[in-house]
Amino acid sequence: MKILVAVKRVIDYNVQIRVKEDGTGVVTDNVKMSTNPPDDNAIEEAVKIKEAGKATEVVAVTVGEEKAQETVRKALAVGADKGIHVQADGILEPLAVSKILQKIVDKEKPDLVFMGKQAIDDDCNQTGQMLSALLNWPQATFASKINVKDNKLEVTREIDEGLETIEINVPAIVTCDLRLNEPRYASLPNIMKAKKKPIEKIVVSELGVDISPRLEQLKVEEPPKRKAGIKVANVAELVQKLKNEAKVI
Amino acid sequence: MMSRESMEYDVVIIGGGPSGLSTAIKLKQLDSNLNVCILEKASEIGAHILSGNVFETRALDELLPNWKELNSPIKTKVNKEKFLFLGKTKSLSWPTWLLPSVQKNHKNYIISLANLCRWLGEQAEALGVEIFPGFPANEILYTEDGSVKGVVTQDMGIDKDGNKKDSFEPGIELLGKVTVFAEGCRGHLGKQLIKKFQLDKGKDPQQYGIGFKEIWEIDEKNHEEGLVMHTAGWPLDNNTYGGSFIYHAENKQIFLGYVIGLDYKNPHLSPYDEFQRFKTHPDIEKIIKGGKRVSYGARALIEGGFQSLPRMFMPGALLVGCDAGTLNMPKIKGSHTAMKSGIIAAETINEHLKENKDLSIFEEKFNISWLHKELYHARNVKPSFSWGLILGIIFTGIDQILFRGKLPFTLKHKHADHDTLKPANQMSKINYPKYDNVITFDKTSSVYLTGTNHTDNQPVHLKLKDPNLPINYTLEKFDEPAQRYCPAGVYEVQKENEVNKFVINSQNCIHCKTCDIKEPSQNINWVTPEGGGGPKYGNM
Repeated sequence: MKILVAVKRVIDYNVQIRVKEDGTGVVTDNVKMSTNPPDDNAIEEAVKIKEAGKATEVVAVTVGEEKAQETVRKALAVGADKGIHVQADGILEPLAVSKILQKIVDKEKPDLVFMGKQAIDDDCNQTGQMLSALLNWPQATFASKINVKDNKLEVTREIDEGLETIEINVPAIVTCDLRLNEPRYASLPNIMKAKKKPIEKIVVSELGVDISPRLEQLKVEEPPKRKAGIKVANVAELVQKLKNEAKVI
Repeated sequence: MMSRESMEYDVVIIGGGPSGLSTAIKLKQLDSNLNVCILEKASEIGAHILSGNVFETRALDELLPNWKELNSPIKTKVNKEKFLFLGKTKSLSWPTWLLPSVQKNHKNYIISLANLCRWLGEQAEALGVEIFPGFPANEILYTEDGSVKGVVTQDMGIDKDGNKKDSFEPGIELLGKVTVFAEGCRGHLGKQLIKKFQLDKGKDPQQYGIGFKEIWEIDEKNHEEGLVMHTAGWPLDNNTYGGSFIYHAENKQIFLGYVIGLDYKNPHLSPYDEFQRFKTHPDIEKIIKGGKRVSYGARALIEGGFQSLPRMFMPGALLVGCDAGTLNMPKIKGSHTAMKSGIIAAETINEHLKENKDLSIFEEKFNISWLHKELYHARNVKPSFSWGLILGIIFTGIDQILFRGKLPFTLKHKHADHDTLKPANQMSKINYPKYDNVITFDKTSSVYLTGTNHTDNQPVHLKLKDPNLPINYTLEKFDEPAQRYCPAGVYEVQKENEVNKFVINSQNCIHCKTCDIKEPSQNINWVTPEGGGGPKYGNM
């Protein structure tokens, strides 16, 4: 079994996001970038499945600018066998990415495609689902447990009501939740080895996919600042303020 | 003892700052076949770098003469300088022609040192240097004859009680024919080496300062790209050494900062609050009014200079840059000197490996370099300020303008910084104004801007030699100054059921090392946390 894992380079989750002054986006210059956290879980799970002898190859793929290949390199350092970097600049919407991934699936012929449930930058939570539709493959989203059984997957999903366990046929798409596993650290020797593993570079134009954005972004702005709180003397005053000032009761 | 994997290199460099990167680049230029690696504790090169910075290109001109063609982040040339003495509400502008030449900056550039390091990192990698960000070196390895043979990287995946987590990844041994320690000011391994090899024997106690920096995006009409301004005076009293900088960088940003000597005496003094208060001076407030603070950070810096500079070579290893203490205090610059010490280190190592010369040739090379000359001429400035600001300025004028650093005597640094605090009950309390959240801010919201994070379930990396000392002794005698000298609010004294408790919020630590320096009993030992932890500075 072959597993394709899609990883995305995003602003590191510890960095405080700043909106550009002209409202066209957020500041990314000189900002620490990392792999989208749930994508790390996706890689970890694929590597674990391979280590358990249930998969033969793990291929990491990313779509993005030149530096995006750092995320592929990181995936290689924690156990992926091969990397693919589809070079594409500018804004990439989930539809464009899923169409690109469809082409990669056609080429690589994996049995499973893993990715994070959503990216922490645009929070779209769409790429996996769209890829599922484009390929007409079954999908299991928000996976917090994956059990590989012959030609089926048993997947536990994190849903609003609790946990849902489903069984789907392979080939399939799985989007991963942060609870799925604890990603390992890349060791120094493995980072060294990863530098020698191959990363195939594909320029997006070679794939013949229309990646032009379908959405028009009007404005990016910071959320309003939270106002300072006040102290009330007693319950009566609190009720009075909630009623008359905040008008919430 | 567990068995560890090991990797061998010709040269292992600890720290990816200006000195370590310069060492690596120069080594590869001298011999491209050398295997050189750099360990860096930050998640990427530059993420733990903080500096003013007005950059003198002298060392870079030697290292990469074509830096202008290599798209380096050195763009904003200094075109105007100001020096103000601040009173509480007034200021006096000091004519720049009356400044000693070491404080003239017209040939220099306003840069982000973090960005310069990122760029130097790219140059180093292009030459074949292996850079490993996210891997702190936490232990020194010695051969049987006592010489340094390398380091061990931090174990990853240990929980707060010291047990291995599922993700445990043991540190590995990195062995070098020569190991170069370039950790920056108060490196935790450098500190051990200085002690073990008595590198500071016969030298004055080292002197430190704490530097703060904020980046502001300001109103276009207040911004003058290329303007460098320094101040002395208010809010500090005559007996406390310090001053501010305001550098107008590109993109309507200013780099605004404050440096305070850690030899201050009053335990009630809060360096952080002095800096916040400084911004409320009318002459400063008018610059940042209507602007927005986008970054914050702090870092200890080394100020002892020539008299305190330890021996920089030892069997198997070299100590470079601010890990030793090559900063030029009157120039308020340490980047070019750190880089030069790295260049000298590389030349030393190359001859050591090729011609089997002893590493002690470092000293001969250092003694005939411009770096030595610079530090020698600067040596009397900082100690003269122990007489107070006014006498310090008068002496510095005589020493630097009339004699150009050639006076036939050397002033001494008398005390280590942890020895200077007076008991709390003998010193007056300082009432700092409340933060207005417009130009002054509390520590929590400041630390938030640093992007600091440490994996929560890991051992505390700020070790107390005696866990009871803070409450039993330091609180009563010095009103536990850690609450105030820490620029990130790591240390708190909390009352629980009427009992005082010393709390260490180590996840907030921005790796400035001030506690390791200033704690009056030297009770706090800063060690490396798990790799990648700490701040994530952008263009600091």
